[in-house]
Amino acid sequence: MSIELEDIIKPENIVYKKTPVLTDNVMHYCPGCLHGVVHKIIAEVIEEMGIQDKTIGVSPVGCSVLAYNYLDIDWAEAAHGRAPALATGISRLHPEKYVFTYQGDGDLASIGCGEIMHACNRGENIVVIFINNAIYGMTGGQMAPTTLLGQVTATTPYGRDAKLNGFPLRITELIAQLDGTCYVTRQTVHTPAAVRKAKAAIRKAFENTKKDKGTSFVEIVSTCNSGWKLDPIQANKWMVENMFPKYPLGDMKDI
Amino acid sequence: MAEVKLMKGNEVIAEAAIRCGCDGYFGYPITPQSEVMETLMLRKPWEETGMVVLQAESELASINMVYGAAATGKKVMTSSSSPGISLMQEGLTYLAGAELPCLVVDVVRGGPGLGTIQPAQSDYFQAVKGGGHGDYHLIVLAPASVQEMNDFVDLGFELAFKYRNPAMILADGVIGQMMEKVQLSDYKPRWTDEEIEKISGDWALTGKKANRQRHIATSLELDSYKQEVFNQKLQAKYREMEEKEVRCEEIACEDADYLFVAYGSCSRICQKAVQLAREKGIKVGILRPITLYPFPTKEIANLAKKVKGILTVEMSAGQMVEDVRLAVNGLIPVEHYGRFGGVIPTPDEIVEALEKQIIGA
Repeated sequence: MSIELEDIIKPENIVYKKTPVLTDNVMHYCPGCLHGVVHKIIAEVIEEMGIQDKTIGVSPVGCSVLAYNYLDIDWAEAAHGRAPALATGISRLHPEKYVFTYQGDGDLASIGCGEIMHACNRGENIVVIFINNAIYGMTGGQMAPTTLLGQVTATTPYGRDAKLNGFPLRITELIAQLDGTCYVTRQTVHTPAAVRKAKAAIRKAFENTKKDKGTSFVEIVSTCNSGWKLDPIQANKWMVENMFPKYPLGDMKDI
Repeated sequence: MAEVKLMKGNEVIAEAAIRCGCDGYFGYPITPQSEVMETLMLRKPWEETGMVVLQAESELASINMVYGAAATGKKVMTSSSSPGISLMQEGLTYLAGAELPCLVVDVVRGGPGLGTIQPAQSDYFQAVKGGGHGDYHLIVLAPASVQEMNDFVDLGFELAFKYRNPAMILADGVIGQMMEKVQLSDYKPRWTDEEIEKISGDWALTGKKANRQRHIATSLELDSYKQEVFNQKLQAKYREMEEKEVRCEEIACEDADYLFVAYGSCSRICQKAVQLAREKGIKVGILRPITLYPFPTKEIANLAKKVKGILTVEMSAGQMVEDVRLAVNGLIPVEHYGRFGGVIPTPDEIVEALEKQIIGA
């Protein structure tokens, strides 16, 4: 007796299904990029909490500028670095909504350094998802504030030199010092176990919004295999060996 | 019975915002308009109407807070003065590109750079020509009295929502700081969620319901051909504003041989100059643009057929005069008289300029 396809895809056999909060649009991200994983776990959290009609996302300028094409929620697309200001405006006028920003390292830690610091310091009741891959992906791999010393990028072709470029910015450690934040954590998504932990962190962050606890800040240490000029597996390995020592994983604050 | 009070222009902006059902104000202190936020903070409208008032960390942040809140269909505003408005240009072009309504008040001071805290009209170009990058316009209203500071808050929001476009009240330090009698508007309640759904339900970020597509507030379009189509749509909107929304006032124009074109506080000074000139037998009138964008081009062109010469009077080195010359198109002489850097022209020197630059030329 042969097994037919129809027998295999019966509802009772389905062990995994894409959340409907994730759209069917084909993602523009490079193969190997971790943005898609983070989008998926945010979408799953929104579905599981049943808050699709109450969630408003703010996308940044950078690779995830088009995040609004992939999560089936209402979105605002901010100017470079200004997402926390938009989120403030939305959240202040809609305290019952779940408002989150999704920002890269250039957007959040460089051009938007002022906006993120003050939004967090005011304790805006929002969630911040911070993707740190130590490079500007969208514009072609230039130095980010989080680029490691010695790291080669398009604008540090001989490696980041502290004397010329300053030091890698551990902004999440600074954010954790601000009284307005209730939950500050650094996660990653390079293994199934890490994905589960990161999803739990994002879930906790959205639950904090529900409890009106202030700003929850989730950094995801990530890769940019295109910008790093590595294949996806090598990129994950490079992240573990080079990024994690500078950006150690774990909770910095959980009130 | 309407409430009549003696108030500062800046204070009236705050009062009018509360009374017209404004949902939120985001601002940053800067002279000469700090009384707007100070008055709001003192009035605590969040206890009265639920209006949110927040002091932002910068003008960059305040205009982007406006962007976020405006994207949800709420009536939101900010105010600032010239250097702060320069910082807001980024946000304003995003708001125009995302077709979002909001109100921005600019109480202009002298520049360039940090300039002076005294009144000026030297940000005309910035206000009416777009200001930030890309092809766009703000709707620009120019109050000439404290009463109009009151009236234009409501009008600004009305036009902003009618065209889904940012509106600006372009005042100057005189209008912001001076006290005059003002008849305050009656209270209008803030819009309910149901009203917002009715007014802006097809675009506002109110949370994606199962029965509709998601709403996205964005100015991004990577396909150039689609971006061109979008720009054509914006241009059609501006042409419609130019057709329907021009507002101006003609003062003593019936028998005029000459014409002043002046807006804001300069139009008030020109009223005295008209009186002085007429005492000397010079018949001069005033065309006062109330909307600076859209500009009263047709009205000025029509008057140019009746008078012998036009003097524009501005607290600038000559900005609006360019639009007046475009309207007149060489038919009669158009000259500019301006004081700037925070200096206010006197009626006498305006009459003298008319005699020298137009009549005696």
